[in-house]
Amino acid sequence: MKTYDAIVIGAGHNGLTNAAFLAKAGLDVVVVERNEYIGGATVSRNLYEDWYYSNCSYVCSLLRPEIYRALNLAKHGLQVVPYGGGVTFMQNGDFFGNYEDHEVQYREMRRHSPRDADAYERYSADVLRYCRFIRPFLLRTPPDPTSFKPRDIQELMYLAKKLYDLGEEQVYEFMRFFTMSVGEFLDEYFECDVIKTHMAGSGIIGTALGPYSPGTAYVLLHHYMGDLDGNVGSWGFSRGGMGSVSKAIAGALEELGGEIRTNAGVDKILVKNGEAKGVVLENGEEIQSRIVVSNLDAKRTFLKCMDPKDLPSEVIEKAKNFKIRGSSGKLNIALDGLPDFPALPKGSSLLRGDFHFIDSLERMERAYDDWKNGTWSQDPYVDTLIPTQVDPTMAPPGKHFMSVFVQYCPPTLADGEWTDEKRDAFGKTVIDQMAEYSPNIKDLILHAEVRTPRELENEVGLTEGNIFQGELTLDQLLFNRPFPGYGQYRGPVRGMYMCGSSTHPGGGVMAAPGANAAREILLDLKQGNTVPEDFGDD
Amino acid sequence: MTKTYDAIVIGAGHNGLICGAYLAKAGKSVLILDANEQPGGACITREFAPFYKVSAGAHLLHLLRPEVLSELGISFDLAAENLGTIALAENGQHVTFGANSIGGIDVSADDIEAYPKFKSRMLEFAETLAPLMLKKPPRIGKTDFEDVKTGIKLGWDIRFGLGKEKMQDFLRIVGINIFDVLNEVFDHDLVKGAIGFDAVMGTHMGPRTPTSVLSYLYRLTGEAGGNGLAVPKGGMGAVTAALADAAQKGGAEIRLSAPVKRIVTSDGVATGVEIDGGEIVSAPIVISNADPKRTFLSLLGARHVEAGFAHRINKIRIRGSVAKLHLALNGVPQFSGVDDTARGERLVIAPSMQHVERAFDHSKYGEMSEHPVMEITIPSLHDSSLAPEGKHVLSANILYAPYTLKTGWDSGKEIFLKKVLQTIERYAPGISDLVAHQELLTPVDLENEFHMTGGHWHHGEFGIDQLLMMRPTYGAAQYKTPLPGLYLCGAGSHPGGGVMGAAGRNAAKVILRGETN
Repeated sequence: MKTYDAIVIGAGHNGLTNAAFLAKAGLDVVVVERNEYIGGATVSRNLYEDWYYSNCSYVCSLLRPEIYRALNLAKHGLQVVPYGGGVTFMQNGDFFGNYEDHEVQYREMRRHSPRDADAYERYSADVLRYCRFIRPFLLRTPPDPTSFKPRDIQELMYLAKKLYDLGEEQVYEFMRFFTMSVGEFLDEYFECDVIKTHMAGSGIIGTALGPYSPGTAYVLLHHYMGDLDGNVGSWGFSRGGMGSVSKAIAGALEELGGEIRTNAGVDKILVKNGEAKGVVLENGEEIQSRIVVSNLDAKRTFLKCMDPKDLPSEVIEKAKNFKIRGSSGKLNIALDGLPDFPALPKGSSLLRGDFHFIDSLERMERAYDDWKNGTWSQDPYVDTLIPTQVDPTMAPPGKHFMSVFVQYCPPTLADGEWTDEKRDAFGKTVIDQMAEYSPNIKDLILHAEVRTPRELENEVGLTEGNIFQGELTLDQLLFNRPFPGYGQYRGPVRGMYMCGSSTHPGGGVMAAPGANAAREILLDLKQGNTVPEDFGDD
Repeated sequence: MTKTYDAIVIGAGHNGLICGAYLAKAGKSVLILDANEQPGGACITREFAPFYKVSAGAHLLHLLRPEVLSELGISFDLAAENLGTIALAENGQHVTFGANSIGGIDVSADDIEAYPKFKSRMLEFAETLAPLMLKKPPRIGKTDFEDVKTGIKLGWDIRFGLGKEKMQDFLRIVGINIFDVLNEVFDHDLVKGAIGFDAVMGTHMGPRTPTSVLSYLYRLTGEAGGNGLAVPKGGMGAVTAALADAAQKGGAEIRLSAPVKRIVTSDGVATGVEIDGGEIVSAPIVISNADPKRTFLSLLGARHVEAGFAHRINKIRIRGSVAKLHLALNGVPQFSGVDDTARGERLVIAPSMQHVERAFDHSKYGEMSEHPVMEITIPSLHDSSLAPEGKHVLSANILYAPYTLKTGWDSGKEIFLKKVLQTIERYAPGISDLVAHQELLTPVDLENEFHMTGGHWHHGEFGIDQLLMMRPTYGAAQYKTPLPGLYLCGAGSHPGGGVMGAAGRNAAKVILRGETN
């Protein structure tokens, strides 16, 4: 029987990235995937006629440019098309628009608040500074603060040096930023509620926290630090839907000699004499390997795919206490045409960006309260995009695909588990909210796929439907991700590794965890490193 | 015209008195000014109805640093100490908390077993943080010897005091919420409700708010130092009376009913204060026990500091969310299931963490809690001097009463009082008939009576971003301020309030070391 050098469990973008870098180092790698398609939550799914839905992740910005280049993803068909615009519709019939042109944007802010228009420069400069501070850490392995190994000490010194370079005041500002709520952070700059709300959205997407929960300012950054062609903070659509990202990485992997097996769900990770030796598939088949890398979230990895007797009890305890709460839902909608939004001028460029229907932080916070109380938000925060305006390949000519990300939606409801009826009621809540601002939208809907955390868990394998494979809270970041003592991609069993978003630096289509894990694996196997370093500040 | 002093302290709250006492002890001539008729700030005993006295602000003593007492030679009598806590249940099946154990009819064996472990784990973390309370917060990247020592000691205590595994645990939970931590450990709603309540009392947080573990640890630093919950004889005013006494014996002068109108400056240096009525008293050192907002924005004036600093002071979060209830009772109230011996303990109404969280949710939007949660004491059971014979006083901290009530407290007070009394009545049927007098102090009342902005106990919210070298904000975090000669010594500075006295002592040390900006 063949023994692979490495088995990677789960063909999500991190699993594929991890395998690609291992293959690049000459390892014999196979990626096993439970679904019949690859990509995990980075997919383009053909669920209705000629529409291709980015039915989980829906925009692209965080993907590390270093990885893009190292794996030559352009050659494998990945094309990211930047988009601009964005608008928040207001209850009073007005709107707040996000224009690409700096001068126009200034005028738009002035229209709402002259003071905020002036504060925006300061805000942008500050956020950019925090981004630049954080970004070099994305492609580094977090140091273990309890360790005295030279490498950990060196990394800690690197962190200390970076902090020192900031200067004393900026260190305090950064510490404050890191621990504050996005609402309070924005309150320090802006007075106008709709402006704050438009910006706060990024601080709550995917988290089970409200805009006034401490720690959410950092989540804001998590959505800001991406870049396209060096433009920090800009976002784009992957042409053909998000599936093109995983397809490109898979293309790179296969070119490097790696294998991908779909319909191959893993039942258990095989451990013999304290060493990972391979996996047993759900159909009973055994595959052997020198190492096993799990791209699944930490809960699924340790509590479902491993035998408890193979694990130290503290790891089981830590996995149980790992916070991975689903908080988001998603609607994927096939539209017969572009919906009208009477608040905007006809053909407004603003609609090419993300649009939202919550215009105050209070409404956003109340949406969170609903989640805490075990219902989906009755007045939800949605992040809506119609990528087909920029990328016509996702729908037939003249038709559109609309992606509606919904915050908040609980993994289980106060009155019991999700049912299909409740799921549809959730979808109706979201569509009703949109219909208040777009009178014809309901008539244009040809098909809608409604996904609650239940669907995200069952179909994609994300525990509780958490899109980041674990909350991005202070206790689960850096060396604490997924849990203390295991923040360096190595599992508790020899030859077992983690490469998913449950590890540093977390979720989003970034591919950094997969790449970082590959670097650690190659180090352990004494193979030459194939993982690129951070480009630095260019 | 008037006498000059070495130092003037604005505000005779406990921290002001402590700071003044230390300075006087070191031979400085000190004047302590206060707007009110009696010293003590929010740590006083006063009559709220004829012949009924109560600790009008803080009502339990548990954080006061023993170093302060021994160094200043202060003593006062305790009417009761090491109070237990009872988490009340409407049906009388309450949970009792001792120092190291819990009990109750329907508390599971698992919970009973888990509690001492949980408590010692938390106490150990609190002990690690406790030494920090008596240090000025270290500045980062500076080579001040004291600061470096503090930093190294903290690092050492965390790494070697706790050891690897506990350090990992500490780093994991220190930034998160008590809700998650308690759910990891306990099952019983009352157990979690009462601990969760303790973690958030006095702050603008719910149990689910990240960093509520840290505020719980803050609370535990008292217990970690061996202090249980205590009721001073004569109420909390006895503590500050003893402090005032010590300050005066050391040579400090205390002037009451002397509200400071402004801090006087000359050429960018603090030179004294102006008292209402126009009298100017001069001193090269002015120390403010008032909260940072009042100090810099009202007493000093924003124009005397640079704009960035003023902006940061202006943005300090300082919204009080606790109201204080005082009841004069014609008899002993009967709480369901609580017998005579237990009635004097601290009684907590917080049925579950979700309940506390929902109560908190209202306050986020400037609404009063529909179902308030609270901490009740009946000090007259321990100290008969507080009420006429056979009568009693009840003192309670009620959450959540937001400072900025949307509908305004003028009309809101009656409504909230009614909700509070209805809640208490459910746990102590018949208590309403015993009420002879009642007084509810909303955060606005607390602000007016004790001159604390926002009616906030701690002169500033307990978020990590407002702690340590960021408390009240950088540039003023080491008791010195950007204005030479002006210092802070109140709860708005590190480590915070709660009748701990650390801020006053730390400030005095900085001043006596001659540290200036």
